[in-house]
Amino acid sequence: MSGTFVGMPAFPEAAREALADSQLRHNLAHATGTIRAKRAKVVAEVEDWEELRLVGAAVKERALLDLETQLVRLEETLTANGATVHWARDATEANAIVASIAKAHEAQEVVKVKSMVTQEIGLNEALAEEGIAAWETDLAELIVQLGDDLPSHILVPAIHRNRAEIREIFRSKMGAAGRPAPADLTDEPAVLAAAAREHLREKFLRAKVGVSGANFAIAETGTLVVVESEGNGRMCLTLPEVLVSVVGIEKVVSRWEDLGPMLRLLPRSSTGERMNPYTSTWSGVTPGDGPQEVHVVLLDNGRTRALADEVGRQALRCIRCSACLNVCPVYERTGGHAYGSVYPGPIGAILNPLLKGVGHDDQIDSLPYASSLCGACFEVCPVRIDIPSVLVDQRAQVVDAHRGGVPKPEAAAMKGAAYVLGRSRRLSALERFTGLGMRFARRFGPAAWIGARDLPDAPAESFRAWWLRTNGGRNDGGRKGDGTDD
Amino acid sequence: MTDARTEILARVREALAGSTVELPETSAPRDLAPVATPEVVELFAERVADYRAVVERCGTEELEERIAAALPAGEVVVPPGLSIGVAGAIVDNGALTAAELDQIAAVVTEARVGIAETGTIVLDHTPDQGRRAISLVPDTHICIIREDQLVADVPDAIALLDPARPQTWISGPSATSDIELDRVEGVHGPRTLHVLITPPRKVTS
Repeated sequence: MSGTFVGMPAFPEAAREALADSQLRHNLAHATGTIRAKRAKVVAEVEDWEELRLVGAAVKERALLDLETQLVRLEETLTANGATVHWARDATEANAIVASIAKAHEAQEVVKVKSMVTQEIGLNEALAEEGIAAWETDLAELIVQLGDDLPSHILVPAIHRNRAEIREIFRSKMGAAGRPAPADLTDEPAVLAAAAREHLREKFLRAKVGVSGANFAIAETGTLVVVESEGNGRMCLTLPEVLVSVVGIEKVVSRWEDLGPMLRLLPRSSTGERMNPYTSTWSGVTPGDGPQEVHVVLLDNGRTRALADEVGRQALRCIRCSACLNVCPVYERTGGHAYGSVYPGPIGAILNPLLKGVGHDDQIDSLPYASSLCGACFEVCPVRIDIPSVLVDQRAQVVDAHRGGVPKPEAAAMKGAAYVLGRSRRLSALERFTGLGMRFARRFGPAAWIGARDLPDAPAESFRAWWLRTNGGRNDGGRKGDGTDD
Repeated sequence: MTDARTEILARVREALAGSTVELPETSAPRDLAPVATPEVVELFAERVADYRAVVERCGTEELEERIAAALPAGEVVVPPGLSIGVAGAIVDNGALTAAELDQIAAVVTEARVGIAETGTIVLDHTPDQGRRAISLVPDTHICIIREDQLVADVPDAIALLDPARPQTWISGPSATSDIELDRVEGVHGPRTLHVLITPPRKVTS
């Protein structure tokens, strides 16, 4: 990806712009609708799905609560298998490690497996500054990279593009990056996929250095796992002489057998398939087969900050399936760019504040509010991350972070309400002006609130005033008692 | 300044300090079923075919003929330990480069385990399957799997597999859902997957 999320406006502003794009909304509604139906069908096939979700959550939770032991074990087993383990506190350190490995082999380019974490750390841009070209090889990543665009979905980063747009990107941009698209390129998905195959093949065949992430890192055996569809992952993991995998420390699971439930949960939740076309596992170096120099970069970059948050740490269980994006009524309408991060949707709305902390960036502080708290995300999550509860907790943290200084309008309104409701006399005094207040609010109230809601008419008489006047309805003389003049 | 490893591990320790660490149980007890029943074989064939792979069941004696019929025009590569003869095949000696493999039309391999529930074939790249590159670069993959290698579901396979070996789990031909989330077969991996299911190996006493 060559664009950047830096400087994105806060969610409400970005969302407004996205909502006005009818092509985008059409593309998203079509794609998320398709994937929701596929997921529902294959999940229904699994009788013990709910039990499986509990096991999936437990597998990840177990490793997270025992993370120090698991990481040390992973380092030991990887090293014993012939891999070199590096540790990186943040994006800058991780990028420098990858760049130095590429330079040590005089590589001017690397081929990349689709990986969220390398997007998170901005690896492609960092390598470009060192004069190293990073070629994305996943079809959707290729579309995003060629289009100088930003990813908008965890699984399908180009979900916001339809086939006609993709054809145009391939036609106009492939030539500058290598083999041009064929002259007779149509917008048939099969034809577009074939063009990507032709374009990338020469890059796979000559690549010296491959870069990947990992879906799982197994501490007990020193095994990394990459789950994919196209075979670009197999190409990058097999053909280069050198392989560098950047792995977030939350990717660790304890045991080989943990892979059983995880590989039952992930593809069904993610692409809505019983199993994804290809899964590769490797334990360090295998003599005579695949890369003979294997590096693993274990990355923190905010994960320990998230781990310290007792409510939020469950977000680290995330296996990046993107099921929560596909069911989210907010995501379906705004798309991913509005979240201003490589992690969009419900999981992004909690993960970004957890990784980066709240109270210093309006864009991040706006994310916990990018939800109606409907709970659909929790229901589909294969590792049972209670996203709505974390969102509510994050909102509280955002409010806490802004205490002191000039209060926000909500905070001022709440303070005022507390004052009025605290004494019966104050409430009675104010009730007399409710009608006037409503008229005022309709006219001068905050547009973002008032513009989307109808304010009710205020009754001419408050309930309490009516009760007093009629002695609890006994002297009401058959009137309805609500004091309205209908 | 402390090194990154020390600091990250210290941060982890600090983040979890004060949390009650009660490790949840993760393994639901289940009966592993390594013996393939006729239902398992049937389901495996059906599920592999669902991915638009070609699936055939045949006797051991027909195998050579079926392979010959399934081969496309062009050269074919086989791993050094393949138990079936393929006429005119190049036997991989480990020296073929990726570019040379790209000129080869097909590969014939065996497999380690097949998973019925998901229609998955697992290679662990022992000599009957060869190194990973040979079953990746050629455009047609013909894979022979015996009925006694089939298991019911993913955890059954995990229990049989050796994590020290590199593994490739294959569920149908290469595919993508990246364009409007529609599944399209045929991207970078073999675009044709041809699976031959053969009877169990005879046990010689």
